[in-house]
Amino acid sequence: MTIIILEIQIILTPLVSPLCAGVINKIKARLQNRKGASIFQPYRDLWKLLHKDEIISRDASWIFRIAPFIVFSITLLIGASIPLFTSFLTNTLTGDMLLIVYALAIGTFFLALGGLDIGSAFGGFGSSREMTLSALAEGGFIFSLLTIALINGTTNIFAIANADIFLHGKYLFPTLLAFGGFLVVLLAETARFPYDNPATHLELTMIHEAMILEYSGKKLALMEWASFNKLFIFLALWVNLFFPIGLAYTPGVITISMGIIIFMIKIFLGVLLIALLESSMAKFRFFRLPDLLLISFILNAIAIGLIR
Amino acid sequence: MLEIITSPISFFILLSLFFVGAIGSLLLRKDDDSANIWSNFFAIAGSLWGLLFSVATIISEHTAAFLVNGSPFPLLSFSFNIDLLSAFFIFIISLIALFCSIYAVGYVRHYYQKYNIGALGFFYNFFILGILLVLTASNGIFFLIGWEIMSVASFFMVIYDRDDQENVKAGFLYLVMTYIGTAFIVVAFLLLYKFIGSFDFVTIKSGVALLPIGAKNIIFLAALIGFGVKAGIIPLHIWLPAAHPAAPSHISALMSGVMIKTGIFMMMRLFLDILQPIPIWWGIVVLIIGIISSLLGVLYALTEHDIKRLLAYHSIENIGIILLGLGSALIFSSLSMPALAFLSLVAALFHTLNHAIFKSLLFLGAGSVINQMHTRNMEEYGGLIKYMPQTAFFFLIGSMAISALPPFNGFFSEWLTFQSLFQGIAILDSSMRWLFILAVGALAFTGGLALACFVKAFGSIFLARPRSTEVTHAKESPRSMLIGMGALAMLSFLFGIFSSQTVSLLEKIGRSFDVLQKIPETILVSNSQGLMIENSFSSVSGLTFLLSLVGALIVVAIIIDLIINRSQKIKIGATWDCGTDLNPRMEITSTGFARSIVVIFKGILKPSIQHTIDYSDSESRYLPRTRTVSLGVGDVYKSYFYQPILTMITSLSMRVKNIQSGNTNIYVLYILIALLVSLFSIL
Repeated sequence: MTIIILEIQIILTPLVSPLCAGVINKIKARLQNRKGASIFQPYRDLWKLLHKDEIISRDASWIFRIAPFIVFSITLLIGASIPLFTSFLTNTLTGDMLLIVYALAIGTFFLALGGLDIGSAFGGFGSSREMTLSALAEGGFIFSLLTIALINGTTNIFAIANADIFLHGKYLFPTLLAFGGFLVVLLAETARFPYDNPATHLELTMIHEAMILEYSGKKLALMEWASFNKLFIFLALWVNLFFPIGLAYTPGVITISMGIIIFMIKIFLGVLLIALLESSMAKFRFFRLPDLLLISFILNAIAIGLIR
Repeated sequence: MLEIITSPISFFILLSLFFVGAIGSLLLRKDDDSANIWSNFFAIAGSLWGLLFSVATIISEHTAAFLVNGSPFPLLSFSFNIDLLSAFFIFIISLIALFCSIYAVGYVRHYYQKYNIGALGFFYNFFILGILLVLTASNGIFFLIGWEIMSVASFFMVIYDRDDQENVKAGFLYLVMTYIGTAFIVVAFLLLYKFIGSFDFVTIKSGVALLPIGAKNIIFLAALIGFGVKAGIIPLHIWLPAAHPAAPSHISALMSGVMIKTGIFMMMRLFLDILQPIPIWWGIVVLIIGIISSLLGVLYALTEHDIKRLLAYHSIENIGIILLGLGSALIFSSLSMPALAFLSLVAALFHTLNHAIFKSLLFLGAGSVINQMHTRNMEEYGGLIKYMPQTAFFFLIGSMAISALPPFNGFFSEWLTFQSLFQGIAILDSSMRWLFILAVGALAFTGGLALACFVKAFGSIFLARPRSTEVTHAKESPRSMLIGMGALAMLSFLFGIFSSQTVSLLEKIGRSFDVLQKIPETILVSNSQGLMIENSFSSVSGLTFLLSLVGALIVVAIIIDLIINRSQKIKIGATWDCGTDLNPRMEITSTGFARSIVVIFKGILKPSIQHTIDYSDSESRYLPRTRTVSLGVGDVYKSYFYQPILTMITSLSMRVKNIQSGNTNIYVLYILIALLVSLFSIL
């Protein structure tokens, strides 16, 4: 039983993450009075890309070649190390919140190096912007996780997901603050509005798409897939750590399937929120983004200050 | 066996190896090659002996205190005290000196026929000898002798490349700052002598209760400034970004990896051991200095395009991180929470070790690159990964370690520092709590900014197309340099994977402090699987992380390459160029890369832009021929800290000058007055 649960845990992130992107695109299309592509379109795109030949720039070194594999594997590893639909699993080895934060930074590191490696102006500026945003998002990211870590008395995220924070009503306000702070970080780290426009190519302000501009074929597929995974991981952390309801507390076919279903519903709500946000607001000017990240940092700092 | 290795005689063999290395290299100065081999051979032998000695001391917990007779002055005694803390720092210096010396065998060659190799070997060995004396001396005056040997030897190595006037200036700045620091240290020791009546550290420690609290506070401030100059805390850091680039690279590695840690060592020794118990505000001051140094250090590093200055600023940042650990250890110990103080101290010790390893690796990597490129300006590099693949790989590992990316060693010590600060937030009240929140925020931002900085550094040195023709002539470094770097890269990996085993040894050192001996044996920072914090607050395992990452990589590579995409072809093409010919000027520069962060932090960094336009017709001013833009960063320390002090000293000197008229009669009058005054004071 445990082995099956572990396998579901490992496979769930890469399996479901393209769906999230598909659903967001679908909802956005409907809100724009378009029919939109099927919600399974990202899977077809990935499948198509994986079978294509690729062109690599002659300026690229081995960093460019291995970056997609590292970026993708990191998201697989983190996807398996965080609570998705169960809370009874214990992971004292790779389930620490700081490890998650810094392991995600490995992905960012190689993504940015891959963008620099081909020597195009797009890639370079994409990397520069990405590193600027991720450096500034780090404070808010760690602080929002720290808020719930302090409430629960542990930085192990499985233990956090296992604790019932609603038993202590007095922590509701800090949790809500950190919940809001995490949303700001989530949007920044997953290259969504108002930080980045995931729909455009060759726009001067783009970030993520600029870095992967030179990738093609299977490497592009891995990069795209990794960014879907990252979105999924952030959503899962967001819904599971701040609202750990509906997780399977005990092993068993019924509880597990209930856990998965409730988890999917929670993820869907998160996806819906992102789609609504993206349909209702414009992208910010780049130098206004630090203000937003600073707000997230301050919200979380206040949240930590309120825990007592 | 262990007893023989840890005996005083063995320690003197250690010292004499470096001494023989120094003298012999001076005698062989006529022949470059033999001087180089002689000096580095003895440095390597000495380092190996030092490793053996320190590891044996730590494992057997066999501390040694001994006295060498024959001191010509009553207050100076050649007394040594080798406890576990000294042994730990001896371990660090030996480890780094070993690989720097191996590296030096190949590196020093490019100075042949240009400068005196024998002199370099002489100062190099004496420098290490000086550090060893600093770490083991148990008498204030004897300590200062070691301190001076270390400082003067490093000064001569900073100005070794003396044809460049900049280096001589940097050396002079270093010397001035060092002596300001030494002056404060002397003040601290003299005050201790005044109230306790001894320069001997053991006597001072037993008589510390005699100190009035006011004097104790002054001693703290003097020691903090004195040792802070050496450690490079902000705002006393200005010598560091000047001196590190000037010195030969293996010396920079030693200075940055080890010498600045002697400041940390003495802070630990004085504040956590000799002067205990201490008031709580000492810890608060150290913690605040840690916050400022770590944040500002990394911000200034981002603005640099001189590779060695960039690394020097990162040393300031990492000293800040170590001080975050040490500061919280001091706070916890004054609040009598020894278990938490223990945790913070272990974090600080571990980061000291890790920083020494990855920073010397990065400096050695930078040295190899500079050796080929003949410039320290990163804007003229680019694409070096194709010409120096191994150096690039080692530099990548160093970059990942210093950016605290798992599974390399930097992550685990920052993790411990984070955890000890978290404990502070969880336990302390009101204002102290906010201080710890601030410290966590500083550490979090520091981590993010360091990552950005090393993407910039690695990207602009090694990636993309060459930005100067010099790059295309670059060749991979000789073998001895590669061995030196490769071994350090390996260590930075191993100390990450085996962080729990390393930390369990560091726990021993933490427990050797008197204030921390009360804690029960059950409090441990590590277990067989990984690091962990008491009450299962958190835990992490480097080995598991590595194995799962490698596993995931293999599975992904097999599935993608061998199953899904077997018949795929890879074509080599040109980078998308929008229809124009791509040239190196279209790549992002390291200044451009960091520009957005500099603009965001413009309140602190005070960036400046200067346009210089050369018109083809100076009358009409419509057609510019050339246009130069220079970007810079305002030096706030010079304008707000050093300049006011300088103005004050100058105006004071002008006043004092008034009594100096040049007239002999007036000087005779001064002598008469002085005589009368002393006569009356005696009567």
